[in-house]
Amino acid sequence: MIVVEDVHFKYPSGVEALKGVSLTIKDGEFVAIMGQNGAGKTTLVKHFNGLLKPSSGTIRIDGVETTKTTIATLSKTVGFVFQNPDHQLFSETVEEEVAFALKNFGFKQETIQKQITWALNLLSLTQYQKTSPFMLSGGERKRVALASVLAWDPQILILDEPTIGQDHEQKEKLRQFIMQLQTQGKTIVIVTHDVEFVAECNPRVVLMKEGRIVADGEGKDILTNTAALLESSIVLPQIAQIFTQLEPFGFPKNVIDIYEAKDLLLKAWEKRRP
Amino acid sequence: MSVFDGLKFRRVYSPIHNLDPRIKFIYVIAVFVAAIMFGSILPLVALFLLQVPFVLLAGVQREWLRSLRGALFLALIIFFTNVLFKWIGAGYVLLLTDLEFSAAMTLRFVVLVESFSVFFLTTSPDLLGLALEQSHVPYEFSFAFTTAVRFVPVLAEEAQTIMDAQKARGLELEKGGFMKRIRNYVPVLIPLIVSAIRRSLELAEAMESRAWGATKKRTNLYGLTLHRGDFGLLAITIGVLVLAIYVFFFVPVPSLAQFF
Repeated sequence: MIVVEDVHFKYPSGVEALKGVSLTIKDGEFVAIMGQNGAGKTTLVKHFNGLLKPSSGTIRIDGVETTKTTIATLSKTVGFVFQNPDHQLFSETVEEEVAFALKNFGFKQETIQKQITWALNLLSLTQYQKTSPFMLSGGERKRVALASVLAWDPQILILDEPTIGQDHEQKEKLRQFIMQLQTQGKTIVIVTHDVEFVAECNPRVVLMKEGRIVADGEGKDILTNTAALLESSIVLPQIAQIFTQLEPFGFPKNVIDIYEAKDLLLKAWEKRRP
Repeated sequence: MSVFDGLKFRRVYSPIHNLDPRIKFIYVIAVFVAAIMFGSILPLVALFLLQVPFVLLAGVQREWLRSLRGALFLALIIFFTNVLFKWIGAGYVLLLTDLEFSAAMTLRFVVLVESFSVFFLTTSPDLLGLALEQSHVPYEFSFAFTTAVRFVPVLAEEAQTIMDAQKARGLELEKGGFMKRIRNYVPVLIPLIVSAIRRSLELAEAMESRAWGATKKRTNLYGLTLHRGDFGLLAITIGVLVLAIYVFFFVPVPSLAQFF
């Protein structure tokens, strides 16, 4: 469980990135943190594994305050996948890349081997086991980065902009993958701009603006809240745009799911048919 | 990364920022030469203090202090290796003069760092490039140089992100003995180098697609001209050099150790 209490954070440059954030993320929850550039999304999640320590306020991961432990210890529970895979890939082979964290955490050799096989298989990277990560495509590198974090099976997984540079097929795979992790009871936090992706996943949405949380709730309520979205410079998902315009005709406004939209439209159409 | 912060230019206006970069550079070189000339502590203290008014005038105290703090580690290494070898050389006794000599060597390094820091803190990369160009350095070289300077902060920021990404995978940079600590930086350096190379290739393509180098003879919108302040600094520079040479040849510099 992640408990954030009135956290303020100021960068050494003097920029106040977080201005009193309080948030509780329960075990097994799937949360999308959204907001425009500079809203403090990444700054906030960097507090979850202790990369940043709050200037004031507290953050507890499973009851442990992040200021009272090390990043390495926290990382064992909180896996953090960075936005750009090129900021972490360095090994000669994909296999070694995945083994890096496992070695750092001091796992036994046979456990490491088992976890590598498991993680590579999970992200369909097995055929690249002996390939250099630098030879892979952008999407594949992103998956290697993900595999290298998933390898130690952290309870909480943070994904910073996971959909950037991914084609539609990869996004869909990522979505299914997140759902799969969720059924295993993992806590997942994604930081993203991608409204369509969030609309398809339908997680809890936390909307941030200028270092504060401005809205927090179910995806279908937040992503159809025109006023709140406008304030954070986020465009409504396309389905929501249609249903906002259909509201005067008796349709519900808070629809973001394609299948729900289809059912509603079909029902209305059937009713009208002579 | 605090060393890099001490070189990061911020666009502000001060009498020092407005000085001609060429003269400023000559001044830095003069201080450099003077610092190399002397191996005793008093002239080096004088050279160190000489920079302080510049720093205050330019209003870059905070960044300057940060660059000094960044140089602290290397300064300590210089101090202790000097002390160590002087100690061994003197037959395993620690002499006051040797301590003073070590301190002077360290201070020499600090003077070099601080004068360069002041120079880079108060000179915009654009002006620097212009200065190189007007000094008849081929444009390719001056461009490469200014680009390199401009990318230092970008790289520093990237290094920070990479460190964060590796720490999130359990890398502990401060763990282990000396050799282990150096090896700890491999996972940071490789992505940094790879991304710098990738970035430079991208930059080259972007530049070529905007017709870089299409005309052989370039003209500039702004030219550098010398103003009153520049002549003042030039006078100070000559003064420093003359004084340094005079003291070097004709004034026996007293050692602090003899007062104890």
